[in-house]
Amino acid sequence: MTDTRTQILQRLRSANTATASVPGSEPASPSAATLTSAPTWPVRRFDWGPEELTDRFRRGIEAVRAEVHAVGDDWPRQLAALLQARGARNLRYGPDGPLAPALIQGWPTAEGVPRLVPHDQPIEACRRALFDDTDAGFTACRAGIAETGSLVLWPTPAEPRLLSLVPPIHCVLLEADRIVSTLHELMQREGWAQRMPTNALLISGPSKSADIEQTLAYGVHGPAELIVLLRTTSAAGTGSAPPATADTARTAAC
Amino acid sequence: MASAFRTRAGLALSRERVRGNIRRAMDGLVAKRRAAFPDDAELAQLRDQGQAIRDHALANLPALLEQLEQRCRVNGMQVHWAADAAQANAIILDLLRGHGAKAVIKGKSMVSEEIGVNAYLERHGIEPIETDLGELILQLGNEHPSHIITPAVHKDRAEIAALFNRHFPDEPCSDDIDQLTALARRVMRARFQGATVGMSGVNFAVAETGTLCLVENEGNGRLSTTAPDMHIAVTGIEKVVARLDALAPLLTLLTRSATGQPVTTYVNMISGPRKPDERDGPREVHLVLLDNGRSRIHADPELRATLRCIRCGACMNHCPVYTRIGGHGYGTVYPGPIGAILEPQLQGLQVQGELAQASSLCGACAEVCPVRIPIPQLLNRLRHEHAEGPTASQSPSQSASPASSQSVPIQAVPGGHRPGLQGRVWRAWALLHASPARYRWMRRTIGGMGGLLDGPFGGLLGGLFGPWTRSRTPPRLARRGLQDLARQEGFADD
Repeated sequence: MTDTRTQILQRLRSANTATASVPGSEPASPSAATLTSAPTWPVRRFDWGPEELTDRFRRGIEAVRAEVHAVGDDWPRQLAALLQARGARNLRYGPDGPLAPALIQGWPTAEGVPRLVPHDQPIEACRRALFDDTDAGFTACRAGIAETGSLVLWPTPAEPRLLSLVPPIHCVLLEADRIVSTLHELMQREGWAQRMPTNALLISGPSKSADIEQTLAYGVHGPAELIVLLRTTSAAGTGSAPPATADTARTAAC
Repeated sequence: MASAFRTRAGLALSRERVRGNIRRAMDGLVAKRRAAFPDDAELAQLRDQGQAIRDHALANLPALLEQLEQRCRVNGMQVHWAADAAQANAIILDLLRGHGAKAVIKGKSMVSEEIGVNAYLERHGIEPIETDLGELILQLGNEHPSHIITPAVHKDRAEIAALFNRHFPDEPCSDDIDQLTALARRVMRARFQGATVGMSGVNFAVAETGTLCLVENEGNGRLSTTAPDMHIAVTGIEKVVARLDALAPLLTLLTRSATGQPVTTYVNMISGPRKPDERDGPREVHLVLLDNGRSRIHADPELRATLRCIRCGACMNHCPVYTRIGGHGYGTVYPGPIGAILEPQLQGLQVQGELAQASSLCGACAEVCPVRIPIPQLLNRLRHEHAEGPTASQSPSQSASPASSQSVPIQAVPGGHRPGLQGRVWRAWALLHASPARYRWMRRTIGGMGGLLDGPFGGLLGGLFGPWTRSRTPPRLARRGLQDLARQEGFADD
């Protein structure tokens, strides 16, 4: 196998790939050189104010059949009502997630309200429950992208990857002030290249397919419904801390 | 005697239902792409970036592959190199056997079609399970994709309903698209839950961070790469890009060109296996880097542009040949204009050289290509090589490239040859056009035949044009040509 590797690389090298490199100026590390010689351009972003960012995000994600609900501090109550109306029996959430305390505290206790189920086991211990007995999953999210109407998730040990994927309904709380104009802007602002997580996701609407006659059908393998709770924190502040991931400068450019 | 390709194309043309299905789908995709790029200036800028990113990656391919490998290893993935399909399949089988897997769930991947991994695994007692709705339909029907993005585009709902009914007789029968989709969800759900190994392709592999980027709409790609204990990603060596921020323009180019979507439902960026404190995700992630002829294509400075491709499928959506004969008309894994330049290079001109003829050279493919692959130019180059044998340094496009100034003639594409009759016809054509006297003689001779076409033998002569005149009015040849008329008006020969 090492032989194959060497042969492939040799074939590629013998092809005279030298482009802009000046003879005699070979850098110490070839990989550093290939990165610095990579084409760059100014960050592609738009000067949209907070209202326009929210508006564009909302229109974008609603166009692909996500539901967006403007919420305040009683968002757990609103979420419970939305799920109850759908006949959901339960909602799985990560008890160590950044919004778990607020979720538990604000969750109504009336009869018929979906049950909160903590999702705190390794998948090997809860695969069956997650696949067979879960109606909805709840996660926080890192950011929103206005241009494409996308949610940005970096799943964590507290809110693992399958929690936003396996249950038929995925519920997300997005802070309105975490919406940026483009993916490029977000990557650059948060320095993604230096700190990529195991899994980074853009989610734009519920699962869908157009494989039959180019006709959209929803809920193929992932969630059939995506409920976005969009929270606009008032200027006075409500005391609720931004998500734990809000650790980068958000003051740049805008 | 008709060649295999011509026979296939003829057969494809006679399938009215398939042609209708494909035509409708392609018209829809063309309209969606057009609506997705309302701003010409923005599109031009994005294409510049896309081309620059891909050109840079190909110009630095060996270094970037080494860096990708190193970053992936640091991230905890395992990297394998495969010279050809056989090696890639053997690597995959080893991994599956090592894991004790009886089955593998698959996300949609054209590279996996290229290496024929499904048939290989079946021969070795492992069940490959396609999970993408389109791929599932094809697997049930024992067919191959007819399009690289929307693989079952040639089938309509009635055919799919009949197919599902045959394979899932216990499920309710319906040709309603929502119900067919729901059925696919139900039958696949258990497979996702029980799977121990998942396989996927890769849309972009980022050298800087050791990240595999996958786009999809259904969620089966995320499930295949997240739910099992082991994830095997297979990709061509050309899919690498240097920097993470290259994903921003490439993603938007890819999804808008392919389906007119601003972004796919899911963009899945994987940078390693599950970490000790994480509660799900595969414990092992393997990346198989496949050459399979790509390093040979890479060696030719002109043909290298083929490897810029990001597999959006826009060239086939806009191709007058593809929209008529469909993917199966080509008989290759990669159909359409990109297939017509890629397959002859991957498989050799002797095997697939004729595919370079499967084009009217209208140029629509090059106009929509998000990374500006000059497909018509490359088709001409391959036609030339097919007829004349390998191009040496006299190729004009090669001498225009700075990289080839000291390069020795390379046989870029194996198997070039001069087909007997075609070669003779073109030699005769060249002879007649090389001298004014011979040209005048030819013109007068043909002009004289114009009268015959109108006369009693017209039908007989018209038959010589064969299929062309079956649906078209035969050409009427003027008795006096443009040159004669020009001379009459006082123009000199030069």
